[in-house]
Amino acid sequence: MRNEAIDYKAIPGWGMDADPENEPTYPMKNYTGDDHNRINYERSPQQPITVEILQSNERPKPPVVFGTSVPPSGLSGIIRRYAFTHSEDRYRHWLPLILADRINVFEGIIDDVKKGHIPNVFAEKGLKATWKHNPQKIVSQILVASVVALTLFSVLKKKK
Amino acid sequence: MLAMNYRGPYRVRTEQRPMPEILHPEDAIVRVTRTCICGSDLHLYHGMVPDTRVGSTFGHEFTGIVEEVGPMVQNLKVGDHVLVPFNIACGKCNFCKQGLYGNCHESNPMATAVGGIFGYSHTAGGFDGGQAEYVRVPYADVGPTVIPPDMDPDDAVLLTDVVPTGYQAAEMGGIKEGDTVVIFGAGPIGIMAARCAWFFGPSRVIVIDHVDYRLEFAKNYAKCEVYNFKSLEDPVLFLKKTTDWYGADVCIDCVGCEAEGNALQTFTGRKALLQAGAGTALQWAINSVKKGGIVSIVGVYGPPFNLIPIGNVVNKGITIRANQASVKRLLPKLIDHVQSGRLNPKGLITHRIPLEEISEAYNIFSSKLDNCIKTVLIPSTKA
Repeated sequence: MRNEAIDYKAIPGWGMDADPENEPTYPMKNYTGDDHNRINYERSPQQPITVEILQSNERPKPPVVFGTSVPPSGLSGIIRRYAFTHSEDRYRHWLPLILADRINVFEGIIDDVKKGHIPNVFAEKGLKATWKHNPQKIVSQILVASVVALTLFSVLKKKK
Repeated sequence: MLAMNYRGPYRVRTEQRPMPEILHPEDAIVRVTRTCICGSDLHLYHGMVPDTRVGSTFGHEFTGIVEEVGPMVQNLKVGDHVLVPFNIACGKCNFCKQGLYGNCHESNPMATAVGGIFGYSHTAGGFDGGQAEYVRVPYADVGPTVIPPDMDPDDAVLLTDVVPTGYQAAEMGGIKEGDTVVIFGAGPIGIMAARCAWFFGPSRVIVIDHVDYRLEFAKNYAKCEVYNFKSLEDPVLFLKKTTDWYGADVCIDCVGCEAEGNALQTFTGRKALLQAGAGTALQWAINSVKKGGIVSIVGVYGPPFNLIPIGNVVNKGITIRANQASVKRLLPKLIDHVQSGRLNPKGLITHRIPLEEISEAYNIFSSKLDNCIKTVLIPSTKA
């Protein structure tokens, strides 16, 4: 799928931002002379901390603003709290967070059911779109699932 | 209000959520008029980014009408139609003052590498995103920019991420006149990077992907050469050959952690989650660039990440430039490119879907159905 030769110089805007000083790369950062002031700069007022925020132990105090969307809770929350006792450099930080995410999915289902909502997995996965644009995929998945189920059923029946 | 709700990998829905509130005197509440699904949202959707909590609302590309402002907001007023950069940046810390708005030090408690990003997991600050009818926008005086009256809102929404990220990908490549530029990935960012690369004067722009319809789109939109790596025995060898066995001057990774093309990386990174993603595109970029060349990375990689051929980086003297786009820094230049007609961002949009049908929208984009390149979601409360 290769293009035919084109007159690239006719492309609108070609070369207009070229910078001969661009070596090795730009942009260079906008040097302000404040590099060694580190964290001594004028901060805005602190957002009130009204929910539990898990904070990286690589910073001494919370940033001015933060999101409050989903505070940690349940078993996944316990694991997340453990993860944040380790620095971002450690697998002990990141791998527990990945584990917590997987556990959190089951907590979400339990939470839905508690609220009287049975998750509609077909709808949540947007499979109506697959059915519309790639029905063979759905059919083949159903066939594979049926074969697996039948095989399991026959194996279990034989054991009995 | 209606908002997207993440329920786990490959499962999202819309449902009624509480209205966002002003939590800080520099906040604004914005009524969303347009929002997009970004390729990097798919990393969240697929469960690849740590600390993506069930119940989160995604969405870091949106425009909207200012509904309410906090007492310290001076630059915005109720009724303004704004485009909101995906970075949440204070404008006061030393990083913001240096133009590194993607690395603000005052918007993300959970990680120090990246600043806050709307709707991008707790690793990026735990903010709710714009795939909703309303959204809380911190530091409203810094990021949000009033949409010029003559600008198409569809162009404006793509200026919140796709266009600046594509442009910065090319800019970080340090492209010079006559260079050969290779871009890995023909998603919206890769296509935009290819289009923006021409602004720096190369002689060849090559895009590599594995989906024919995306390559065809890239060829037409960005006027570039395109190759499907599935038809190549070895993409790195091919790129060496097509550059006189020299290597590309600049390689740009617009793929990130869910690359196709290498069985081992797919197993260890995407299936077993031992390295939070497959680094195939980055590996190809490092190995395809010339000695002394430049690799620019805007593809998203979730931590932890390893198996990168860093030895090759040293041995080849490669310069690596990488960052989240600093949207605020780039907006004046990019608005000028759009207004002058040199860039046509809305040309990327292939799908317009109501916010209520977000599950289908994610599936269409994720599964590459219906020749999807870029989806815009329209909340029913749009202006």
